Amino acid sequence: MTQPLIETRNLKKYFRTPYGSLHAVDDINIKINRGETLGVVGESGCGKSTLGHVLVKLLDATDGEIYFEGRDILKLDKRRSKELRTEMQIIFQDPYTSLNPRMTVAQIIAEPIHANKILRRKNEITKRVLELMDVVGLSERLFHTYPHELDGGRRQRIGIARALAVNPKFIVCDEPVSALDVSIQAQILNLLMDLQESMGIAYLFITHDLSVVRHISDEIAVMYLGQCVERAPARELFENPLHPYTKALLKAIPEPNMKGRDTPFETIQGEPISPIDPSPGCRFAARCEYAAELCATEEYALNEVGPNHVVACSRCIR
Amino acid sequence: MSDQKLLEIKNLRVVYETDEAVAKAVNGVSLTLNKREVLGILGETGAGKTTTALSILRLLPQYTGKVTEGEILYNGKDLLKLSSGEMQAIRGEMISMIFQDPMSSLNPVMTVGDQIKEALFYHNESKYSSERIRQRVDEILELVGIPSARKNNYPHQFSGGMKQRIVIAIALACDPELLIADEPTTALDVTIQAQVLRMMKELKEKTGASMILITHDLGIVAKMCDNVAVMYAGEIIESGSVWDIFENKAHHPYTNGLFASLPNLNIDSKRLNPIGGLMPDPAHLPPGCKFHPRCPRRSDVCKIEAPEVFAMSPTHRIKCRLFGEKEDGLL
Repeated sequence: MTQPLIETRNLKKYFRTPYGSLHAVDDINIKINRGETLGVVGESGCGKSTLGHVLVKLLDATDGEIYFEGRDILKLDKRRSKELRTEMQIIFQDPYTSLNPRMTVAQIIAEPIHANKILRRKNEITKRVLELMDVVGLSERLFHTYPHELDGGRRQRIGIARALAVNPKFIVCDEPVSALDVSIQAQILNLLMDLQESMGIAYLFITHDLSVVRHISDEIAVMYLGQCVERAPARELFENPLHPYTKALLKAIPEPNMKGRDTPFETIQGEPISPIDPSPGCRFAARCEYAAELCATEEYALNEVGPNHVVACSRCIR
Repeated sequence: MSDQKLLEIKNLRVVYETDEAVAKAVNGVSLTLNKREVLGILGETGAGKTTTALSILRLLPQYTGKVTEGEILYNGKDLLKLSSGEMQAIRGEMISMIFQDPMSSLNPVMTVGDQIKEALFYHNESKYSSERIRQRVDEILELVGIPSARKNNYPHQFSGGMKQRIVIAIALACDPELLIADEPTTALDVTIQAQVLRMMKELKEKTGASMILITHDLGIVAKMCDNVAVMYAGEIIESGSVWDIFENKAHHPYTNGLFASLPNLNIDSKRLNPIGGLMPDPAHLPPGCKFHPRCPRRSDVCKIEAPEVFAMSPTHRIKCRLFGEKEDGLL
């Protein structure tokens, strides 16, 4: 097997709070190959955004290793870490707050080019910005406009152009379409897929929307309270979900057709437990319909159940 | 299902006037809601869904929002002609609203019990004692699945799903006949969304209330609604029973576009088929059909003349010229 572009080993990120340590990312092992997409799904507070931020070093990991092209990037010094910015980028969730309102579209897109000293001559930078605007489908006349003049879909295109400005190999997409309307959402998803095809970029695609993730991902990881509870190739996860949480997530989505109309909503009870100093054992056990006594004590481990399919529930595989 | 009309909106037009421009938010909407029915209003941001709902309750922003034309008949009475005192008696008691964002629609410095009590206190027609009102607060909290012991807690002590349950509890406090829910689950996670929708469906059965459900989620419409109105740029461009919308072949090009934009959970398709372009600016609406700049099937007439509404069946109506001549409408 070839070397994956990015790989984590036992990655942990704990936040210190007055009440104890908050386990936002707990023991995550993922691998993403060049030009592929790993979808990360989970509910709010499950640590998916924290994972994305740790991967691009916007947050420091508490423990574990992150290998990017074979190097452990957590051990790099400051200067080398800064060089990484040209290799990995992030697109943020909210296009309304992630763009500086006092900069024009052109200045926003040019900023990473300046900051990383990729191009120095003014006319070269202008040319590159126009090229990037064209790639993401922003018309040239928007060059001097400010973000507040534009709608959500266009703003998200600016965010994408800014991420592409340094020619990265890896982009963390942190809920890039959640704030957009369905018709605009589809436009942005198509754009992201086109860019992947033409430039071979790898994505970590974070979302809470399972239908979006199936569409764009090669592989999907389901997170619950900081842990990965199931990971499988996209199609396998949807056709053969094993973890009770994955099943519950899939069942909770109302489908846009008349088939399931008369059956009541299938819901799981309760809400996630507190992520602060969680007790050992399965974190989903309190909401799980299959939970047994054993679940409260058993150590967290991912069991391999098929090719590339791992699941953190020992009961569902028996 | 009885066919008694509870609410009828006739040719409603609403504008927002500012110094710079006049935004035409609602442009001739007509709707009928029967008793015990759930009507879904479907559309994207800026389609005029929320403005329509706010007009029913007369909650449009005081100085900018204006109803310029139309009638809103509630049990035969025109709500737009009532005095503000009369309207006060209807709002909250007969018609109540569930707002989109539970995080910002609760008062952070009042306990949730007091917030529910507020509605009961102001609509206390039966002159209940404060003891009886207190009991009712407990009942309602239990009804939406929150232990009544938590009534002395403040909103920040609850999770998002529980806050939305409290907002629903406030709306239900006076047993309204009509409940307007404006994107009640958009801010919630899927598993919590399913819990809240399930509860709303059960409560609706129990109380016999009618409901207007505003959403952009086709899945929620399929599961919850009896009738559907699809809005675009302040107009209803298609309406019908939920079966008409989900099972019939003939649709307005915009409705087709909405369905095509959705990633499908069951089929592996590589590319989505989004609708090109953007929703028009309500201050500068295009002439003719408002969808024509984005419509894949427009003709020259569409750019000049607004289309009429064509009836495909007694329930199913489409506002598009494509359905004018052809009888079967299968295009």
